[in-house]
Parts: sequence; structure tokens; C-alpha cells
Amino acid sequence: MDMISIPVVNMTPILPEIFLSVLAMVLLLLNVFSPSGKKSYLAYISFIGIAATAVLVGAGWGGHIESFSGAVILDNFATFFKMIFLLAAGLTVLISDQYMEREECNHGELYPLILFTVVGMMLMASGTDLMTIFLGLEVMSVSLYVLAGFNRNNKKSNEAGLKYFLLGAFSTGFLLYGMALTYGATGTTRVYKIASVVGQMTLPSANIMLLAGMLLMMTGFAFKIAAAPFHMWTPDVYEGAPTPMTAFMSAGPKAAGFAALLRILLVALPTLQIEWSQLLWVLAVLTMTVGNITALRQDNIKRMLAYSSIAHAGYALVGLVAGNGTGTAGILFYMLSYAFMNIGAFAIIILVSKKGETNGNVMDFAGLGFKRPLLAVAMTIFLFSLAGMPPTAGFIGKFYLFSGAVQKGYIWLAVIGVLNSAASVYYYLRVMVYMYMKEPTEEFEWTQVTAPVALALIISVAGSMIPGIVPSFILEFAQQAVKLI
Amino acid sequence: MFDNVWLIPLFPLIGFLINGFFGKKIKNEAVIGGIGTLMIFMSFIVSCGILLQMIGLPPEQRVFEKVLFPWIHSGNFKADMAFLVDPLSAVMIMVVTGVGSLIHLYSIGYMHGEEGFYRFFAYLNLFCMSMLLLVLGNNMLVMFIGWEGVGLCSYLLIGYYFHKKSAGDAAKKAFVMNRVGDFGFLIGLFTLYWWFGSNHNIWTINFTEIKAASHLLPYGGVVTVATLCFFVGATGKSAQIPLFTWLPDAMEGPTPVSALIHAATMVTAGVYMIGRMSFVFIKSPETMMVIAVVGAATAIFAATIGTAQNDIKRVLAYSTVSQLGFMFLAMGVGAFTAGIFHLMTHAFFKACLFLGSGSVIHSMHHALHKIHSHDDAQDMRNMGGLRSAMPITFITFLVSTIAISGIPGFSGFFSKDEILWQAFANPYHGGLNIVLWGVGALAACFTAFYMFRLVFMTFFGECRINAKAKSYLHESPLVITIPLMVLGFLAAVGGYIGLPKLIGDMFGGIPNYFEHWLEPVFALANQYSAQYAHHGAHPSHAFEWSLMGLSVVIALIGIGIAFTMYVQNKDLPGKFTATFPALHRAVYNKWYIDELYDFIFVNPCKAFGQFLWKGFDVIVVDGVVNGVANVVMGFSGIFRYIQSGYIYNYAFSMALGVVAILGYYIFK
Repeated sequence: MDMISIPVVNMTPILPEIFLSVLAMVLLLLNVFSPSGKKSYLAYISFIGIAATAVLVGAGWGGHIESFSGAVILDNFATFFKMIFLLAAGLTVLISDQYMEREECNHGELYPLILFTVVGMMLMASGTDLMTIFLGLEVMSVSLYVLAGFNRNNKKSNEAGLKYFLLGAFSTGFLLYGMALTYGATGTTRVYKIASVVGQMTLPSANIMLLAGMLLMMTGFAFKIAAAPFHMWTPDVYEGAPTPMTAFMSAGPKAAGFAALLRILLVALPTLQIEWSQLLWVLAVLTMTVGNITALRQDNIKRMLAYSSIAHAGYALVGLVAGNGTGTAGILFYMLSYAFMNIGAFAIIILVSKKGETNGNVMDFAGLGFKRPLLAVAMTIFLFSLAGMPPTAGFIGKFYLFSGAVQKGYIWLAVIGVLNSAASVYYYLRVMVYMYMKEPTEEFEWTQVTAPVALALIISVAGSMIPGIVPSFILEFAQQAVKLI
Repeated sequence: MFDNVWLIPLFPLIGFLINGFFGKKIKNEAVIGGIGTLMIFMSFIVSCGILLQMIGLPPEQRVFEKVLFPWIHSGNFKADMAFLVDPLSAVMIMVVTGVGSLIHLYSIGYMHGEEGFYRFFAYLNLFCMSMLLLVLGNNMLVMFIGWEGVGLCSYLLIGYYFHKKSAGDAAKKAFVMNRVGDFGFLIGLFTLYWWFGSNHNIWTINFTEIKAASHLLPYGGVVTVATLCFFVGATGKSAQIPLFTWLPDAMEGPTPVSALIHAATMVTAGVYMIGRMSFVFIKSPETMMVIAVVGAATAIFAATIGTAQNDIKRVLAYSTVSQLGFMFLAMGVGAFTAGIFHLMTHAFFKACLFLGSGSVIHSMHHALHKIHSHDDAQDMRNMGGLRSAMPITFITFLVSTIAISGIPGFSGFFSKDEILWQAFANPYHGGLNIVLWGVGALAACFTAFYMFRLVFMTFFGECRINAKAKSYLHESPLVITIPLMVLGFLAAVGGYIGLPKLIGDMFGGIPNYFEHWLEPVFALANQYSAQYAHHGAHPSHAFEWSLMGLSVVIALIGIGIAFTMYVQNKDLPGKFTATFPALHRAVYNKWYIDELYDFIFVNPCKAFGQFLWKGFDVIVVDGVVNGVANVVMGFSGIFRYIQSGYIYNYAFSMALGVVAILGYYIFK
């Protein structure tokens, strides 16, 4: 009798994913049995679960385990990115509860959805097969579509969810087509195998099918990281989505997109580096410039940060154009610091804005420096970090990204990046001008800072400052993480 | 114990954080002052532990480096947050934490009732942390952090009474002058880093690594450039010609600040820096010459100004400048040990003098306040006869004055005499040695004169203060007098650890402990110096004795003149000024140096700034900036227009992008 032999599967690499998925399902069940209006405890459980997962992930540092016959891997690269996702999710959960209560949409599904998003992102980071990466991407995206439209009572939120879904589906088409073409050209979807197959081709850059596959995949990921000209969805979705979800989307999924893009380009297609770095050069310049220049004229602060987030994707792309150790480690470093500073900034926005997403303009920050000096100082730190001023994390991150480009001879790219960075100071400083140099236009009650939000702010401030003062700590981790790919 | 060296700067940092953030809420002065003092005292205890452990080790093992964490690693550049513990830094941390603790304690009494009491202690702790970083850093960057940090704290503390315009101006002056020096420090750092890197592929700013590679350095040339730049940094921080005018103005700060920052610790940073890099400096005979000459010139120059000042703190300020000149003279003639030795003894007696003057001012202020008089509490012409009212202050002050004047048996004698002897016996500067010695000896004479003038005017004679106020004069509380007594004691006996060989031999061969202690630090520099300077025949003992005797006589002459002029025949000063009015005016007005600087630097700079602002900035810069801004804003408008909000537009732009990309790659 023939027995179907079941391969021995090492589950270690996806233990965190399993753990989070189970937790998410438990939370879903708990949600059903808890009365509406009493969902806060789900946030606490999620936070603890995320923290526990972080410990689990952190324990895998230094390990190198391939599993599912090379479809997923546990390596430092994946671990580093998973930490970023967990951090972004953890901070998001901390700032969500208060906001959702205020907007009267604290439905319990929020937390399982965030956790599923994290599961998807983790798969993207640890996937070493195009299929796994795609699977992760879809798990992430579908959850995000729901999260973007989570505030059912708000038209803008609905619009954001629908726009994101339609355009996301459109871009997924490109991505999947690209993967299919790549499979057609190489006969495999395993990234390591693709590398060896492409490596044996006599002239891979003349292989139209492979080239088209790569380009289409790149456009798919360009959509996810919001790189121009695939960025158009970003401002509308970021503005409409509930603010904590905007914070989350700008930090987590963007990093996940970079994780997958880095893995595919650097591991599977290093032989085509001339081609893809050429394209990325253009994308990086476009993205930085469009993001920054459009941000100059925004009055709505969420929209402004949406454009700023486009610009930041552009900076990170500079590191990928360089493609060397400094540049890629710079991306990891930057994504981590960006999670801190951006979510921190959004947390302040939540505190300043009022029910129904009103009070979300730059002018509404007038007088914050006198009324709530601590909040204003925190916001100043986040904005300084976003603008890339020393001694913040944002400065060091940009420094490594641009110095990576300079090392590889992309002087002009670095110059454009620095000029862009200089232009961006204008709109970040504008907020500060309002905070410290203008009187508040009207008296209104300031939202109380609850303990979880305070914790999130403290973590964010620390995360925006400490890597700027002692960069070597984080950078060494980042360098080890990119060493293996 | 060595491993815990990081605790030394950590404690004051904690103190700074507590008092800085919560001091305003704590309010209780005893708690605030207690925390500040306790923190620096804990550092002192750790420093003692390190010193004791180091004494127990053989000299060649007395070096330890503690890497706290990797800090900046970028390409070839590598800087760690790391500390270097060796005999030199051990001396410095003992001085900083020891004298620092006493001054913190003193401040509790002195600053009592001041507005912003917590702010004072927070800054003072921050200063101590920065100073400790400066002396403990194992590379130039950590040292530079401390270097900048002490400059910042100095600025903050000089401007402590910020509502007074003069205090604000003095703070700015100190900061700007220090910046000039810091620029020199940075250029020196870059030069050395670049030279080692590009010529020998040794990219380092670490002192130990530079020391190990220092044999590669040439004599003169690039080393002269680098060391001169470093020396510019030192002149700024340590108030030497030409960057010394900020220090007298810095007396606008509270007196404990003058004692700690502007006498005992921060201003000696330049001397320490030269000592730390002695093996580099010694390789440039030219720089050594410059240092010696500048030191000697500053010593005599400041001493002359000190003779004509009437503000008690200003006399001490010029005295500090002058004494720092002695230290640089020592460094410049290669007598590194003597320079550091004088740094230490000076810390004792000058801190004591400043705190003593603070005690006097405190009492004067109190008395004048009681009778609602607006007389200047710091003007010595209002004082006199305070000896009976303030016996402890008087005795400690007198002991320190004797020490600084160079009377045998007191600490200042040993260190100053060593410097003068080395200035004479040094083989580096050819025939200049006699000039250096002569100038130094003359400065010592002036020192004795102005210091005893100060003592006679303040503590002797009859009291010139309003008779009503006289009854309110009283001795300061214990919290002020205890630090005075400890420092006075140290000022008296602190010199015995560095007995000159001549005297040591007389008493059965007592060695010069201090010299032996620092020997491993300066051994390499001494070795290099032997390669270009040939020590001539050693002068005879009789000659050394006679020089020593001569310097004592000189000091006594200075005291004698002061005694004649201010105790015996009080009409003499008036007659003197009447006979030489121009000379007196010039000295009294500090040789018009401030006016000269205003004329040469400040006014042209202001005019240039005015031009840049009105002419260049408003028309050219603003024009360009506004023009660019308008163009960019125009683009921004276009992009906004494209961002229509319609999904089909967005999808179209994506599709267009894909087509463009594919088309380019496939048909190129």
C-alpha cells in the first residue's frame, strides 16, 4: 500500500504568524461575546499579544532556518522587518482605543484585523517564494481595505476604503501578472532558484519576458509603498481612513512593501541590478519631488503627512538604488525610525483633532506650544525627525541612505534627495510656527491624554531621538540583517 | 572599579535630570541642593575607588579603556562612547568631583533664597557631567562633546541673572569667544584625522591609537598646523591671549560658578587637552614655543591688570588668567607634569579664594541690604577690617593667598617654583629660556602684590563700610565655611605630594610622588623631546637653590610693596596714580583691550552684518528664495490639480506609468 509521505515541516519560521493568527481568531470570538461599548480590553489583549510576539520574533535573531521547502525563511532580515511591523501595530493599538471611542466606531473587529494585517506583512518579509509573498501581500491588503473604511459612519472613510480596494485590486493585477511572467521566464517561483536560473542566462537583460515580469512586479510594489506615479491613492486614503489606521498604513505596509521588494530585487534578480536601479532612480526622484512639492500646499495635516509619507518612500528608494550595504541597511534603519516618528506625529494629530475628524488643519495647531507644552515638544521632535534634522533618528536615517548613494556614485541622486529634504523643512516648520508663534483662534477643550496614548508617545519620542544620538546600536542590527540577503 | 567609570558622569546627569525636570515642583531648597551635591559626591566616591585601585597597580598597568557603547560607525570613521582611565584622567576626575562636591555644598548656603535655585543646581550638575566627559573621553569626539557641553553650561551660568543686561552680554561674549576657539579645536581634529588617514591609512580619533601611531608624525609641518589649531581651542577655553577678555566679564555669574567653572575646572580644559595630547604637541617645537610665549605673556599681562582692579572678583579673575598663563608656560616648555601639578594646586587655592570672596560678598551684601544701601558689595574700597568679623573666611583666604604668592611651605610654592625652574632649565627654546623665566618671575612678583593688596584692602585696616552696616557683618554659616576650611587645608598642604627633588633629598629622599604618578602618561612625550632637544649640562644644585631663593625673594618683594602701599603708607597709591596718571588709566582700563577688539573685530563685523542683512539678505537671498518658492508653489498647484479625486484618473495614471516603463525598457 502506497503511503502518502508527509514531508517534515519545520514550523519555527512561522511560529509568530501562527501565534498572531490564533490570537486574532480568539479575539474575534471574544468580541462576539462582549457587549458593544466595552471593547477596550481587546486593545489591551492585542497589545500584550503583540508584545509577546515581539519576544518570540526577537528570540529568532541570528537564526537561519528555511522551511516549507524554501517557501519561507527565518533570517535576520525577516526578523528585523517583523519587529518594525510589530512595533507599528503595537503603537497603533495603543492610540486606537481613545480615537475609536471618540468616533463611536470602537468595533471589536478592529484589533483582529490589525493582527491579520501584521500576519500578512510578516509573511511578506519572511517569504522566499513569490507565492508566499503574494499570499502575505493579499492578507495584508484585504485587511487594510477594511481598516481604511472602518469608520462606517464617515463618508470619507468609506470613500477611502473603496478607493484603496479598487486601485489595490488594479495594482495586484500588475503584480500577479509580473510574477506569472517571471515564472514563465525562469520556471520557478522560489527566489533563490530564480537567482540561480537568471544567473545562468547568457543575457538576462535581453529576456523580454523576464524583464517585463520584473518591471510589473516592481510597479505592483511601487503601489504598495506609494511611489510616484503609483501614489495617487495615498492622499485620499490617508485622509479618509481613521487616523490611527493612517498612522499604521504609513509605517507598517510601506515597510512590508520594501521588505518584499528588497528580497526580490536583491536576492532573486541581482543580475538585473543595472536595469532595476535605473528605473528606481527615476521613481525615487519622481516620488521625492512630487511628494514634497505637493505637501507644500496642504492645509489638512493628515493630507500633508500623506504627501510627506510619499516623499519618505522616495528617500528610502534612494537606498535601494544604491543597493549596497550602507544603502539597504539605511532602508531598514529608516523604516524603523519612520514608524516611530510618523505614528508619534499621528498620535498628536488624534489628540488635537476633534470628533468627526474636524480640527485637522495645520492652523488648528495654533498655540499648542503654550496650551500643551509637552505635546508640542513631542510634536516638534517628530517633525524635526521627519525633516531630517540632527540629532534625530530621521537625520541619521537619511544620512545613511544618501551616503549609500554617494558611495555608489549616484551623486546627483543624493543632491536631489538633499534638496528635497530641504524643501520639506518648509511644511514641517509651518506646523511648528503655528504651535509656537500663533495664538489659538478659539478656545476649545483639549482631548485628555490617556495612559495608552501617553505610553505610545513616550515610546515614539524615545524612538525618534535615541537612534539619532546613538545610531550604532540600531545600525549594527540593520547591517547584520541585510548581510544575509 | 575601573569598569564602573561610566558611573562618574552618570550621577551628575541623573542629578541634572531630576532637578531640571522636577526641581520647579520640588521647591524645597534642601532637597534640590541635597540631590545636586549628593550626586557629584557619589561621583567623587567612585573616583576615589578608581584612584585607590590605580595606586595598587604597577605603573605600566594604570591604563584602562571602557567602551560604553559603539556610537558612530560610518565607513572609516569610528567613534565609540568610551572612557579612558589613566593617571592623568584620574587626577582630573579627583579635582573635578572633589572640588565640585565642595562647591555644590557651598552653593546650598550661598544661593539660598535665589530665584531659580533648582535651575542653578541643574546647570551645575550638567556642567560636572560635561567636564567629566571631557576629561574621561578616550577619543577627541567625546572630549569635544564635553568641550562644547562645558561651554554651554558656562554660558547658562554666567547668564544666570539673565534679567541683568550685563550678565546677558557677558554670557554672549564668553560663548562667542569660546566658539572661535572651538572652531580651532575642530580644525585641529580634522587635520590630524585626515593626515593619519590619508598618509598611513590609520583613520582614528582615539587617543590611545594616536599615541601608538605618534612615532609616524613628523617634527613640525602638519603637526604644527594641527597643534596650533588645537591651541587656538585651548586659548578660547582657558582664556589666554588673545581670547581672554571673556573671563573677567564672566564674573557676572554667581560666585560658586566663578569658583568651579572659571577657576578650578573648565578653564583648565585647555591645559588638560595639551597634556592629553602631549605626544603630538611635543612634535612641534614651533607650537611649543608659541604656547610658552603666549603663556608667559598672558601671565604678566593679566597680572598687571589685576593690580589696579577694585572689584574683588575681578582681581581674582585676572589672577586666574595669569595663573593659567603659568600653566601654559609649563606646557610650552615641555614640563607637562609641572603644568598639571599647578592645575591641581591652583584648583585648591583659587577655588578657596573665590569661595572666600563669595563669603565676603555674601556678608557685605547682607549688611548693605539691612541698611538699604546701594553701595557695591563687591568693591574692595567699601571693605576693610573684615578680619575680626569673619575670622574663618579671613584665615582660609590668607592661607590661599600665601599659597598663590609662592611662599615656601604652601602648595603654590612647589608648583609655581617648579614651573619657573623648568622655564629656565628647559632645553627647547634656546636663549629664550632666560626671558621666559624672567617674565614668569616678574608675574609672580605682581601676583604676590595684587593678592596681598586684595587681602590688605579687604581684611585689614579699618572698616570703610557705613558704620551702621558694620554691626550686621557676620561670619558665614557652616555650609559655606566647611568648604572653605577643606580647600584652605588643601591649599596649604596639597603641594607636598610633588616635592621638588632638591627638597625631597634634603629630607632623606622623599620622592616626587606626583611626577612618578604622571610619568607613564608623559613618558612618550619626554622621549620624543629628547630626540630634538639636547639637554645641556645639568645646572648645579647650588644654582637651583639660588633660583628658588630668588623667586621667594621676589614674592616677598611683592608682598612688601603691597604692605607699604596699603597698610603702612596709605597715601602712596594716590600719589602713585597722580604721578603716572596715563599708566594707571591704561592698567585700570585693562590696557584698552576690549576697546581694541571692538574696533578691530566687533564693529567691522557689525557693519558687515548690517550690509548682509539690509543689502544682501533682503534683496538677493529673499529675492531668490521667494522666487523659488513661487515657482515651487506653482508646481504644487499643478500637482494638486492632477490629484482630482476620481478613481479613473488615478487608475489611468497608474496604467500610463506601467505602459511608459514597459515601453521604455522593451523598445529601448
